[in-house]
Amino acid sequence: MSEHEHDHPHEPIENGDEPPAAARARALEQILIEKGAISREDVRERIDWLVSRSPADGARLVARAWVDPDFKQRLLADARSAALELGLDPGPSPVVVAVENTEDVHHMVVCTLCSCYPRALLGPPPAWYKSLPYRSRAVSDPRGVLDEFGIELGEDVELRVLDSTADIRYLVMPRRPAGTEGIGEEGLAALITRDSMIGVAQPAAPAPIG
Amino acid sequence: MTYHPGQRVRVAARSHEGHHRTPGYVKGKTGTVERAYPSFTNPETRAYGADGLPQQPLYLVGFAQRDVWPDYAGQSRDRIYLDLFEHWLEDAE
Repeated sequence: MSEHEHDHPHEPIENGDEPPAAARARALEQILIEKGAISREDVRERIDWLVSRSPADGARLVARAWVDPDFKQRLLADARSAALELGLDPGPSPVVVAVENTEDVHHMVVCTLCSCYPRALLGPPPAWYKSLPYRSRAVSDPRGVLDEFGIELGEDVELRVLDSTADIRYLVMPRRPAGTEGIGEEGLAALITRDSMIGVAQPAAPAPIG
Repeated sequence: MTYHPGQRVRVAARSHEGHHRTPGYVKGKTGTVERAYPSFTNPETRAYGADGLPQQPLYLVGFAQRDVWPDYAGQSRDRIYLDLFEHWLEDAE
């Protein structure tokens, strides 16, 4: 730092925001490359794939299910096949499961062990999904968590928490909002947010007509 | 596949040194098989460079929240579901 002698004032530049795991990940990557287990191109391709994914794909699935009851049945029976049917990439997991929120049942998804998430259909998980408070409280106090996200469930609603502890990936199919009868599939997809497909939010309300 | 949907199962209460994907909060708890999934490689050996074979059948198992958390503050009908490998389950019928 004493070498730093130009005259504009600023705080010392530090890599302070990097989580400790980042250095470990870099070291692991370097070892795996040196051992020939992976290449830099493999890592680059995986990152490119991950950041190319977005919740728009999951929203397309849900919107189609809202307008097409037969498709909805196929989605609930086998979400992987349903995604392929729409030309979407369901990702590497051999089993993708869609669960339906109704008037009586609300689902929400967590991975208490790490950050399992339907990345192919929703993109990278949000930071809070990977945080310890969400991972621990989503299973032990899910109604409290939903309350903080702005969802107050009625006492007569059955809340089902899905802890994705293994190879299955879960996608929530939120309830279609009232007042959307006249909206087409594309307009509906725009209402279906990432968080509503994790089960911690309701879909966006349609914009008022006029 | 040993278990079928609707069957009552108990999660083994044993401890396990090293990587495994059975959260402590359901060990020793009794629930109901909701879905039987295909078999998958065993993460407990695959995590250490082995091939994870033989594959283990996987199940979606549902529990009453109040059976898992005695002080659960939500509704009595609330449930929690986990994906659990067969070698962690015991018949509870």
